[in-house]
Amino acid sequence: MIKNILIEIGLIARFTARFFREVFKPQFEFSEFLRQCFYIGNKSFPLVAITAFIMGLVITMQSRPTLVEFGAQAWLPKMISVSLVREIAPVITALICAGKIGSGIGAELGSMKVTEQIDAMDVSGTNPYKFLVVTRVMATTLMIPILAILADGISLYGGYLGCNIHGLVSWDLFWNQVFDTLVFADIVPSILKTFFFGFIIGIIGCYQGFNSSKGTEGVGQSANSAVVISSLLVFIIDLLAVQITDALNLN
Amino acid sequence: MAEVVEHNKSFNSLESVISIKGLRKAFGDNKVINGFDFDLKRGENVVVLGKSGSGKSVLIKLIIGLMKPDQGSIEVFKDKVETLSTSQLDEMRVKVGFLFQSNALYDSMTVRENLEFPLRRHRKKTSKEEVNKLVMEALTNVGLPQTVDMMPSELSGGMRKRIALARTLILKPEIILYDEPTTGLDPITGKEISHLMLDIQKKYNTSSIIISHDINCVKIVANRIVMLIDGICYATGTYNELENSTDTRVKQFFE
Ligand SMILES: Nc1ncnc2c1ncn2[C@@H]1O[C@H](COP(=O)(O)OP(=O)(O)O)[C@@H](O)[C@H]1O
Ligand SMILES: [Mg+2]
Repeated sequence: MIKNILIEIGLIARFTARFFREVFKPQFEFSEFLRQCFYIGNKSFPLVAITAFIMGLVITMQSRPTLVEFGAQAWLPKMISVSLVREIAPVITALICAGKIGSGIGAELGSMKVTEQIDAMDVSGTNPYKFLVVTRVMATTLMIPILAILADGISLYGGYLGCNIHGLVSWDLFWNQVFDTLVFADIVPSILKTFFFGFIIGIIGCYQGFNSSKGTEGVGQSANSAVVISSLLVFIIDLLAVQITDALNLN
Repeated sequence: MAEVVEHNKSFNSLESVISIKGLRKAFGDNKVINGFDFDLKRGENVVVLGKSGSGKSVLIKLIIGLMKPDQGSIEVFKDKVETLSTSQLDEMRVKVGFLFQSNALYDSMTVRENLEFPLRRHRKKTSKEEVNKLVMEALTNVGLPQTVDMMPSELSGGMRKRIALARTLILKPEIILYDEPTTGLDPITGKEISHLMLDIQKKYNTSSIIISHDINCVKIVANRIVMLIDGICYATGTYNELENSTDTRVKQFFE
């Protein structure tokens, strides 16, 4: 069991190392990259938006009673803006994309693998790693931060509505408080980590797809493993990120 | 039967387009190809006959460079495949077409885009009109010009096979490697595909290796048959010769 996990980690590391070798070689497949970016944005934005909105609203409503108890409800926008922007919006975005994009990539490349489409690209004078993997990993690495930034805004709007259910703050006051609270040390690390989330979602999806075993069962398993492993890694990266910001006194 | 190859035509005096010597390939302890020798002559259709899992697909994937051999040499047009650089390998793959068992049509692309893919990749400078002409020519050759704007998922199994064949033909290869071209098709469609393969051999004077265990297809297309058993070339001969063989392991394929 432990041995298998270590072997798997080694294989993923090798697959990732290949990404860094291939990404700098000439002949970047730009149109495929754009197609993937569009696809990712198009496919996950609605879900990310709805979830971020609901999370913003719910977190605000649930935090309110505690603050009221201490007579500190004026702090509500401050408190929720930190938790939403630092943690909730980026992690929710990453998890949704792991579920939607990571599994999609795993299933797509998996079925391409078992129906020999990847071999067919190879004999058609195309490096399938560059065409399929590099473009998808670049696309997830770029798009997940963009989606996360949108999720930040949308979840804060949800937070604003949450504050206002009890007629608490005006639009201007809310946003003034939010931007007074949020500093460089909140925003930059939280965006930086989403690049890593995106990279991991792309690379794990591609790795699972490329190593899919024969049969439709293999394809389903690739999609499933892509979601499980990348979601787990998202949390691990999140844990590492908080350690780093803590060590740098940014928290 | 209207159209069958000349079973007894001799290719012995012609040049070899593929020459394999002492080929070995194992996956772990599984010795799939175990000292295989073989020559394909110009213009010849050779069928490789063998049980499921005997290493037939591995054999032709070694020839096209999708897998690397452990030992032995494969020469395609006098070039040793294992020594070729990526760009030389691409040049070789223009001359050697591969028809995949599962067709390998790109699901996300239309029929036209599927056919354009190898053209645009291998011959980057081909003009738009030229690409169009070649796509329509290849589709006409397989009798399906009307499918040009359809998606692969909208086609039947036999049509998909024809489109895959059109995609292989579009680069006008001199050698075609067919991986079980009639497996999974109904007998009538299988026969149509077999005759199509014969037409192509005649029209473009291609040489082919055809992997099959469909004895009807073998009867139609084979100039010569090679039996792949235990990873070696166990027996070779024309259809009639092998059909009358006394070796039980050979005979079982013809029952
Ligand atoms: N990439 C691979 N890794 C490990 N084993 C393989 C691989 N490809 C083929 N094999 C093994 O090689 C043997 C021959 O496979 P194949 O050539 O596909 O058979 P077939 O004659 O039916 O085409 C099988 O036992 C298969 O398990
Ligand atoms: Mg096979």
